[in-house]
This record gives sequence, structure tokens and C-alpha cells, in this order.
Amino acid sequence: MMRTFKKGGIHPSENKLTAGKPILDLPLPGELRIMLAQSIGAPARPVVKPGDVVTVGQMIAEATGFVSAPVHSPVNGTVKKLEPTRTPQGIWQDSIVLVPDADNPFDSSLQPRSEEEIGHLSPAEIISIVADAGIVGLGGATFPTRVKLSVPEGKRATTVIINGAECEPYLTCDEALMNVEADNILKGALLIMRATGATEVIVGIEHNKPDSIAAMSRAAERYPEIRVEALRTRYPQGGEKQLIYALTGRVVPCGALPVETGCIVDNVATAYAIYDAVYNRHPLTHRLMTVSGEGLTSPGNFRVANGTPLSSLIDFAGGMPEEAGKVIAGGPMMGRAVSTLEATATKGLSGLVVIPESQARRKPAGPCIRCARCVAACPMGLEPYLFMLQAENQVWEGMSEHGVMNCMECGCCSYTCPSSRPLLDYIRLGKQELRKKK
Amino acid sequence: MKKLIVSYSPHIHGGGSISRCMWNVVIAMLPALAVAIWTFGLPALSVCLVSICACLLTEWAINRFMFHRPFTLSNGSALITGILLAFNLPSILPWWMVTIGAVVAIGIGKMSFGGLGSNIWNPALVGRVFLLLSFPAAMTTWPTGIDSGFEGVVAATGASAPASASDASTGATLLTHLNSAHGTPSLSDYNLLDMSIGHMNGSLGEVGGIAILIGLAYLLLTRTITWHIPVSVIASAALFSWAFGGNPVLDIFAGGLLLGAVFMATDYVTSPMTPKGQLIFGFMIGFITIIIRRYGAYPEGMSFAILLMNSFVPLINRYCRPSIFGEKERRAMA
Amino acid sequence: MILISIIVLGIIGLVAAVLLFVAAKRFFVYEDPKIGEIEALLPGANCGGCGFSGCHAFAVECANATSMQGLNCTGVDAEGMAKIADIVGLAPSSAAKKTMVIKCSASCENRDPRNLYDGIHSCAVENALYQGESDCIYGCLGCGDCVRACQFGALTLPPSQGLPIVDPEKCTGCGKCTEVCPRHLCELTTEDERPIIWVACANRDRGPVAMKECGVSCIGCGKCRKVCPVDAPVIESFLAHIDRDKCTACGECIAACPRKSIEKR
Repeated sequence: MMRTFKKGGIHPSENKLTAGKPILDLPLPGELRIMLAQSIGAPARPVVKPGDVVTVGQMIAEATGFVSAPVHSPVNGTVKKLEPTRTPQGIWQDSIVLVPDADNPFDSSLQPRSEEEIGHLSPAEIISIVADAGIVGLGGATFPTRVKLSVPEGKRATTVIINGAECEPYLTCDEALMNVEADNILKGALLIMRATGATEVIVGIEHNKPDSIAAMSRAAERYPEIRVEALRTRYPQGGEKQLIYALTGRVVPCGALPVETGCIVDNVATAYAIYDAVYNRHPLTHRLMTVSGEGLTSPGNFRVANGTPLSSLIDFAGGMPEEAGKVIAGGPMMGRAVSTLEATATKGLSGLVVIPESQARRKPAGPCIRCARCVAACPMGLEPYLFMLQAENQVWEGMSEHGVMNCMECGCCSYTCPSSRPLLDYIRLGKQELRKKK
Repeated sequence: MKKLIVSYSPHIHGGGSISRCMWNVVIAMLPALAVAIWTFGLPALSVCLVSICACLLTEWAINRFMFHRPFTLSNGSALITGILLAFNLPSILPWWMVTIGAVVAIGIGKMSFGGLGSNIWNPALVGRVFLLLSFPAAMTTWPTGIDSGFEGVVAATGASAPASASDASTGATLLTHLNSAHGTPSLSDYNLLDMSIGHMNGSLGEVGGIAILIGLAYLLLTRTITWHIPVSVIASAALFSWAFGGNPVLDIFAGGLLLGAVFMATDYVTSPMTPKGQLIFGFMIGFITIIIRRYGAYPEGMSFAILLMNSFVPLINRYCRPSIFGEKERRAMA
Repeated sequence: MILISIIVLGIIGLVAAVLLFVAAKRFFVYEDPKIGEIEALLPGANCGGCGFSGCHAFAVECANATSMQGLNCTGVDAEGMAKIADIVGLAPSSAAKKTMVIKCSASCENRDPRNLYDGIHSCAVENALYQGESDCIYGCLGCGDCVRACQFGALTLPPSQGLPIVDPEKCTGCGKCTEVCPRHLCELTTEDERPIIWVACANRDRGPVAMKECGVSCIGCGKCRKVCPVDAPVIESFLAHIDRDKCTACGECIAACPRKSIEKR
């Protein structure tokens, strides 16, 4: 019996259309619009002005606090202007507009660090390199990685968990990365282990990625501290708490951080970014994204420069299909619907999924028949049907008493509801109201 | 530029729907229905049709003229109520009584609470119990001439033969015998095979034990229901039947226990939300059924047991919440 | 047999009657009859516009009041309030009548939806989870939370317009809509003999952005302020607001506004 998490969960159609596709470099667009707010926490502050010439890897906006991450230029080019750009959700936010030079070498000429130099780095030095490289959690949460690596006073990290679950349907960028860069991901994982003082690394990969499991296991043979575990394919395995339970049997207490159980969880892409920053001195300026969906003529896994418009991504994948109805930033379970393709790629964007119009609309909601499927599917052991009734009647305190704040918004409840009730919408509304009250 | 559709996640749906659940239940009931028609002949079919038509018509009329709500018949829930009600009636019940039962089931049992999803009690059982209390004689009059499994018991207990040609309208069910027969009936007095394939007397739906179990298997395979309620009802009925000196196999196969355990107690709306709650619910149904069968005035206690436990569902839900992942650990930490 | 039945039933009835009588006496709560009289005059909408939890609470408050100051039901006219004051034997207070205006005038043709929202038909949800269908993140969402909240039927929402219409005759100024509108577009203003002139826009984006977002958005150009003889318009965060106390309703600003975002009623 393969390992998995205990409570709830679903198994949506995987639809990994781009599995096994090679990684392609997306051509640079004529203009990059780099958002200043690319991580949770305070947005970065620009340190360039219009007309400045920037080189690849140069910091163009600095972090403005502990929970904040700097932003770097992915290209050699010129700063055109500082002006707002829409986010995928349609809100205007500040950005830096860069015009790349005509010929742009993809790799910078930065001198890589030698193995010996890396061997002598102290944990604090590793964390500072990670912070300066602007690395954030690439699984989608965009939590600045330096914060995660700084184990709080009085806590001890024992286990580094590398998240290769990629449980969202359609997305395959982590899989593509693991197939190609297995050894470098593990090097990044070992750096995380050193920075946090942990003693072991466990890589969790869902069973539907046999190539990745083989590649990572082969690479891990060299390192006694690293163990690769195959997990039963089940959503939301990539959730931090679920993954920790599946791999170690430890349970993160409600309201506490994973480090309470001694676990530090990082995505494979984050581990790779840490490797890249420490070994090659590359700040985080590019990332892998999956552009997928029925109707796209050439979906694939692309290496995308920060600030590339979403429309170029879609164009590279064969252009917007005629029947497209919805574009999702991220996976279809937790991603957010894109309202404008003028928006640009950010560090946290793991892909775009194009959904045909025929599947994009929700079915009309019916009454709750108390079939209890949402309760059975909730990986956090909550009662979504009750939350929806409470939110409809604005009983916010009742929602709080029933633990709505533990909801991680995985969407299993709405997915399974035979009545197509928008359970998660109401749960989110309730959470927002409760946060407002605080 | 084409307008994109926006909505909140998740953007995909599992594809389940109320009508799919309900039609699965209807399909699961077909074997039992076939056995009923085979056993009781055309009257069974007519009771069933009258019941279904009356249920659909009542639901349609109430939605149309009182709630001004759109058409909801396609989800199949009224159809299920119709079939289930018929399953709980004797095949020779007059059509107008069936109609009254159906109107009460849908009108009072379901729509008066606000329609699908809001009712407290199983609508079909509300209809049946209403009929049972209003027309006790008609509701316990079974057709004669059915090959029944109780000929043995007649001889064993010395009771007078119930099915004689001259007394055309007073058949009896096995349970009547179990209830009146003093002393412990033994399995050898009954023909289990006859009982389980419909060679016995009773309400339409309760005569085909094997057919009901086939339905259960279908419901479990299609994941329409979980095992908790049927298994706990049957197990607890067997346990208490044995504890009170009865014969567990007889108690399970005679009468409506299987019908109730598989199709009635598992009704989504009127059963608890968590596996733990469902086990308690099923356990209590089994217990109450046996108590009523042994010590009550009625030979059959399934309907009352289910209705009683339906009333306790909100309470069960309140005390059998799912445990929040990490809550125990949080308490331990604090 | 029949006799026994009659006697038994009679006794049961008698005992029950005695119990009820004792209970009624024992647990009797005195209520001021004035409360009932006042409540009969109130609309019974429980809108909360008076500041109390409902019409009954307001009636209790009136009955116990020593002065009618601060007690005003928005749902009854001055005459009605005078009657209530009469019941409790106090002098009626004169509260200014309020009415509601909507600070958005972007009907469908002025504000082409950029997206198609496919979710719960509720402004609260749409505002919380999405930014609305159009470019403007300040304007009306058009799902009609206010229409549903209005107890007096003063609001209607024609789908072709996508913007609620206020019926000034029916609006009592209770303010229920101001509570439910997630974008705070419902504004209460005093009603008197002057016509009401207001800026029907809430867009706080800079001019060029605001201009792109909507056909009738206020861009904060300040023309209204220039033409106003009494300096009633105030401009703050690229958005004009007309000071009702100063306004003489001359209408100069309406003619001057290049964006046609000032309205008059």
C-alpha cells in the first residue's frame, strides 16, 4: 500500500496532457512588465528609473521587509517606464516595464561558485543568498523562502520535505523539471537541509510520474540523507499538511506552522531555484510553466522570463483556441481564473490552463441533499455543507466555531458536490468576513 | 478580444449530479421491483404505477402552484419516493389509498418542509405510516395464494392455516407468525430460499431479499451510498435478535428489514453526515426494530425505527462531527 | 361507557383549563398598551433605519422615551411621527428626511464587461472573490444585493441597465442598502426643497485610467469646481464630491462636466 494522507481527498481526472514533453524556452517578448508584488508580504521597491540600462540578473526592485522578496531583471535591456499593469485578476498594480536588447544571451556570464566555496557556506550565508536571489515558494503560495528557511527560535527542523506531488490536474512543470534536473534539485534540497539544520530529506512524488520517480531515485542513490517516496495519486497531496502526514505520519497542529513537527516543506522548483542561486549565482528570473488545456494545438512546458505577457504564453502554445471559455492561472483546482491576458507571468505562476467554453460554466446549484460527500472529501475534516448554509445566513461566528479558518481552499468540497453548490465560494466569503472582523 | 469567463476555484467538477445519484437508486430498486411483480403479479405493478404517478403529480403541483418553483421532477427524487412507498404497501391495497399515501408522502413528508433536502423524515415512510395508522386493516391484508415459506411454521406451532381459499383476503406475513408464535422459531421451520427469492407474503418490496442485496451491491459499487448504514442496521438487528432469543436469519430476511436497511435508512437527506454518526444511526435502527418486533403491538418495526431515528439525526450530527485534522495535536500542544 | 368517557374528558379539560389560567396569571408580563398602538403605525419592515433592532424595539423605545429627540422612523412621514409623539404625549421632533442616491451611473453601455462572471449572484461574493466584470473596481456590480435588502421596494434593477434605479417616492432613507453594498455606492443625503445634485461615480483611479475604465467616470478634472458659484464640489483622490450643504442646485456643474457623471434629481 502506497503512502498517502489520511482524511478526505479526491482523485480528479489527471489530464496531464503535457507529461513527458520537453522543456522549451519561450522567446522573449518585445516588452517585459515585471510586477513589484510577486510574493506574499510587502511589494518590492523599484531601484531603477526609466532610461536605466539593466543587465541580466541585476536587482531592479529591493525587498522592503522580512516578508518580502527582491525582483531581478531576466534580461539585458532598458527600463522603459514604471507604470501599473493589471494582475491576472484585473487589478492595477505597480510594475517595471523593460525593453530587452535585440540579442539576449539566455545565460549570464556570472562565475559559478566552486564546490569548495559552497562547502564552506554557513547556514546564515545560504539563507542570505536565497534572500538576495528573490526566491519565493514556487508551488504557488509565493511565500518568501528566506522566511521559511529561518527556523524560529526554540523550534528545531529535522526533516526537509521536497514536494514533487504535483497533484493538480494538467500541470506538469514540476514533473518536467524532475526528469531533467533531478540531481540539481537534490543539491538544492541538501542546501535547504544545511540551512535549516535538518538531518534528512524526503522527496514525495505521486505515483503517476514514474519517470520522475526513477530519475529522482537514481540521483538520490549518491546521497544517504535523501529518500524518495512514491505516493498514491490523490488530490490534495501537495498540500503541506497532507504531504507531511503522508511522508512522516506527523500531524501539523491547527493554526501552527509545519516547522512545529520539525518539517520544512519546499517545492521541487524552489529547491532547484536555490541550487541555481547558490551554485550559479542566478537570481530567480525564469521559471517553468505548463501551458495546457484541451484545444491548444501545442501545449507544453516552457521556461518563461518573469514579466512575459500571458498572451505570449498562449500564442506559443498554439494560440487561443476558438472554443476557449476560461483561462486559469495555476491548476484547475486551486488556480484563479484569469480576467485579462495583458497580465504578465510572475514567480508564483505555475502554468495556464485553457478550459473550453463548454466546460467553463458552472452547473446551476441545487439544494443540499446532505449526501455528506463534501464532509467525506474534506482533507481537513471540516463540514463544508454547514459553512455554506451559515454563510448564506451570515452566521460568521458559527463558521468560526466550526473551524472554517482551517480550510485551505483545496476545492474538494465543490468538486464532489452532486448539487454543484458553490461551497468554496461561500467558505471564502466567510473567511474574508471573519478576517475583516479581527 | 473574446470575453473570458471568471469564477472562483475549483474550475472543474467531479461530474456527479443529484439526478445521477437518484437514478442509481432507481436502478438498484429494479431487481426488487421485478421480484415483487413476479410474486404478486399485475396488482403489484398497478400499485407501483399509481404510487409513482401520484408522487410525481403532487410534487409538480406543489412546485407549480404553491412554491412557483421550476420543474424539479427530472432529478428523480419523487420517483424514488413513489417506488419506495409502493414497496411498503400490500399489493392489494385499493388505488385511492395508495394515492392518499403518495400525497401525504410528498405533500407532508417532503414539500411541507421546503422540498428536497429539507425534510426531516423519510417521505415514503411518512406516507406508509400515515396509511398504516389510518387504514390498519387494509394495510395488513395480504393477498392469498402466494407460495409462502411459512407452511412449516404453521405445522410447528399449530396455528390455523391462514391461507384458505374461502378466506380470500386475509393472508399473513412471516412476521405475523414470528410475532404470534410463542417459543423460539427455528430456521428449519422456514424455507430460507423461498424467503429470499420472493416466495413469501408481505409488502411489495420486502419479499425479495436477494434482489435487495443485489441492489445494495450496485449502490455500493457506484458509490451512491457507503456501507455504514446498511451494514450497521443488519448487524445490530442480527445481534439483538440473537440476544432476545430470536433467530437472526429470520429477522433479517422476513419482513422489511433489508428493504429499510438498503433503501430507506440510507436516504441522504434523513441520515447522518459522518461515518460515526451513520453507524450509531444504523445500530439504533436495528435495535428499535427488534424491540418493536418482540415487544410491540405491530409485527413490523422497521418503519417506526427509521422514522424515530430520523428525528435524532440533527442531534447525531451535532455530536458526531468529523474531527478537524490537527485539532487533537493543537490541544496537546496548548 | 359513554358517560365515563364524557366525565374523564371533562375532568381532563377542567384540569388543563385551571393549569392554563394559573400559568397565565403567574407569568403575566405587563406591556404598555402604547407599544401596540405605536407598532400599528410603523411599517413593520424591521429595516433598522431608526437605529434599533426592529419596529417593536423602536416602539418600546418610544413608549419609554422622555423626549422624541433622536427617535425617528424613516418609514413613516412627518404626520405619522406626529401621531406617535401624540400617543406618548411628547412634542414631535423634526428629523431631516433622508433619501438615497447611487454613486455610480455606469449602465451597461457605458461600461462594457471585460469578463463574464460565472458565480453566485451576489455583490458581496463577487466583490470579495473577484473584481467584478468590468474594468472599474469601484462601480456597481449589478447583482442587486441592495434591491434584495430594500424592505420598501424602492429599488429596481432592470437587467438591460445593470444598475439599480431608486424610486424617490418609495425610498425612506433607512440606510439598509448602504450597509449591504460592498462598494459603498449607496449614499444617504438629506432631502429638502432643493433638487439633489450628486457625482454618480466612485472611481478613485487617476484620470487616464478612469477614462479607460468607464464611459461616465469622474476623472477629477475639476471643471465642476471651476464653474460652481459656491465652491460646493470637493475633489479628493481624483474624484469629485458635491457638498450638499453648500449646493444651490444651480446645475452649472452638470453642464460643465465633460464626463457626464454628475446627476440631478
